[in-house]
Amino acid sequence: MNETIQFLSFSDPNVRFVVLGTMILGATAAMVGSFSFLRKRALVGDAIAHAILPGICLSFMISGSKSPLGLIVGAFITGWLSLLLIDAISRTTKLSSDAAIGIILSVFFGVGILLLTSIQHSGNAAQAGLDKFLFGKAASLTQDDIITFSSIGIVLIVLVLLFYKEFKLVSFNPDYARVIGLPVKFLEFVLATITVLAVAVGIQAVGVVLMAALLITPASGARFWTNRLGYMILISTFFGAISGFLGSYISYIAPAMPTGPWVVMCLSLLTVGSIWFAPKRGMLHKYRVQRENRRKILIENVLKLFYHLGEKENKFKQARSFEELQANRDLKTKELIKGLDMLKKRNWLRKKGEKWFISTTGLTEAKRVIRLHRLWEMYLNQRLKLEPDHVHNDAEAIEHIITPELEKQLEKELDFPEKDPHQSTIPYNEI
Amino acid sequence: MEAFWIILSGSLIAISCGLLGCYLVLRKMAMVGDAISHAVLPGIVLAYLLSGSRETLPMLIGAAVLGVLTTVLIELFYKKAALQVDASIGITFTWLFAIGIILISLFAGQVDLDQDCVLYGEIAYVPLDLWITGSGLNMGPRTVWISGVLLVVILLFIWRGYKGLFITTFNEEFAKAIGIGVAFWHYALMSAVSLTTVVSFESVGAILVVAFLIVPPSTAYLLTNNLKKMLVITSVIGFLCALGGYFLASIINGSIAGAMATVAGVLFFISWGYVMIQKKKAALEITTN
Repeated sequence: MNETIQFLSFSDPNVRFVVLGTMILGATAAMVGSFSFLRKRALVGDAIAHAILPGICLSFMISGSKSPLGLIVGAFITGWLSLLLIDAISRTTKLSSDAAIGIILSVFFGVGILLLTSIQHSGNAAQAGLDKFLFGKAASLTQDDIITFSSIGIVLIVLVLLFYKEFKLVSFNPDYARVIGLPVKFLEFVLATITVLAVAVGIQAVGVVLMAALLITPASGARFWTNRLGYMILISTFFGAISGFLGSYISYIAPAMPTGPWVVMCLSLLTVGSIWFAPKRGMLHKYRVQRENRRKILIENVLKLFYHLGEKENKFKQARSFEELQANRDLKTKELIKGLDMLKKRNWLRKKGEKWFISTTGLTEAKRVIRLHRLWEMYLNQRLKLEPDHVHNDAEAIEHIITPELEKQLEKELDFPEKDPHQSTIPYNEI
Repeated sequence: MEAFWIILSGSLIAISCGLLGCYLVLRKMAMVGDAISHAVLPGIVLAYLLSGSRETLPMLIGAAVLGVLTTVLIELFYKKAALQVDASIGITFTWLFAIGIILISLFAGQVDLDQDCVLYGEIAYVPLDLWITGSGLNMGPRTVWISGVLLVVILLFIWRGYKGLFITTFNEEFAKAIGIGVAFWHYALMSAVSLTTVVSFESVGAILVVAFLIVPPSTAYLLTNNLKKMLVITSVIGFLCALGGYFLASIINGSIAGAMATVAGVLFFISWGYVMIQKKKAALEITTN
């Protein structure tokens, strides 16, 4: 508890740097990543992150120092080169873009590792810490780092705000953007540039492998909450910042814990949580809707079964045994029991001893479904000129979907027909 | 002798990876291979913790489970949650990799795996880890035996499953129509990739497994349209990478695995240039005629 208070008070300057640094990195990467996500270039970010390593090593070999700015320049150059090469490979050869990404990613990284190990073996004392780029060094961010990060972060935010409308158009519909005369090539260049910059900076917090997560995971999660780009970027940026905060908190109270992986862990949990629980687009909501639909279909089918049996004998309210019901429609025992129970709860069916019979309200509901089925058959037969023996299956599916408005229209359109194409009576509500 | 063992184990791994990689590249699943090679990490760590040693079998099982879990998660996000496929891949493998690193830090005392090794392995130590039988007979490096067995398994898999893999790779619809289990071959291939990844992990690390999985097959694909030729060319390139990589590394005193990936890249760029020149020549001939 004490540690939490100490952490939250920010009295320790180190805590301040680490928290601020990871939050800025998380937030800017998440903001820029939203555009990569929408342009379906999620894995390109991964390739850039790997391609940055040789740039950093080369920059160190040339300058002999580890100044953040110098390294970022080197990172920027090879990051950009990787983008150009991926584009060139997928444009000029038969290789697919994911193969191109994989090639560039692994080869650049291989070169980077070769250079890095070669530098390490050379015995140059200044190189210590260069390998931090592999796994990030969030826990040891310094004031210099923070100044560099925040200034680059501000540049990125300003660029995004400045070109917001243009970026939006280029992300969603580049063809349209071209037609209305936007400089699409230039805008794509700016977008690519800010992506490379965000990666070059962010990699210092979480390292090469996990950088892709910083770009893409928050945007993917945010996508489940909204359909509007502005909100999506805000939510994504919020996810990035909060994960940066939580990640540094966890590694503060448990010093053996690495910050970068925990930032990614928090991001992933937020996103997987969004994928499951977000309203409307979330998986849980989708399952619920599906289950509701399945139930509705089952109930309506059982009601129809009672109606069909009653129609045959003209005794609609006759009590039926379970066996009789099952013999007349292909329903699994478990399904039928479930359907009967649900109908009893709604008072559409009643139970007498071991037998079931339909209630007045249940009969009205059964008539409604039968009516929709037969009206639709009629419609298909009369308007689409389908043969009577071709219309049943279609009607079987659509009877559960037709709305009351559509029902009225069908009745009017067909002028309240009495019989369906199979010469069965269409039941209307008696007024 | 040391050089021989390193080049031999490097070639064995490069060829195993390359053969499977041909199918990944043709199925446009190169990045799924990348994802699996990262995502097996937690499986390896857990196997290590549960078995308490570096035994090969538990690791293989752990990796295979994680490999299949990766593909299942990717498909879950992609098909059920309607998330675009590249984002599904990105989220899945980074998450699992982060879990792997966290597990390593959590059990740092009990797991003898270090983070750098996970990324780029240490093939230079291959000749040191010898397999000595009960009677004291020196059988040579353990890794060579393991990767030799791996290659045999992969060759058997491709030989026995050639037709199934072929049809599901080139014409999925047709395969479905004639009743070949598309899902079965998909998961069989993914399991094979996971196994290869974990065997290669110790010696070449996660990223360089990807290099061997993707780069030689892509290079071969540029040079031929015939699957059998592609498999052969890939194997030759795999061997050249191991050979060239070893010498490059000793010249500039760097990581052997990194050098092998560099050579793979150089070979790719040479073939790319060659193919482009051939194309230009052909285009010129057409215009002059």
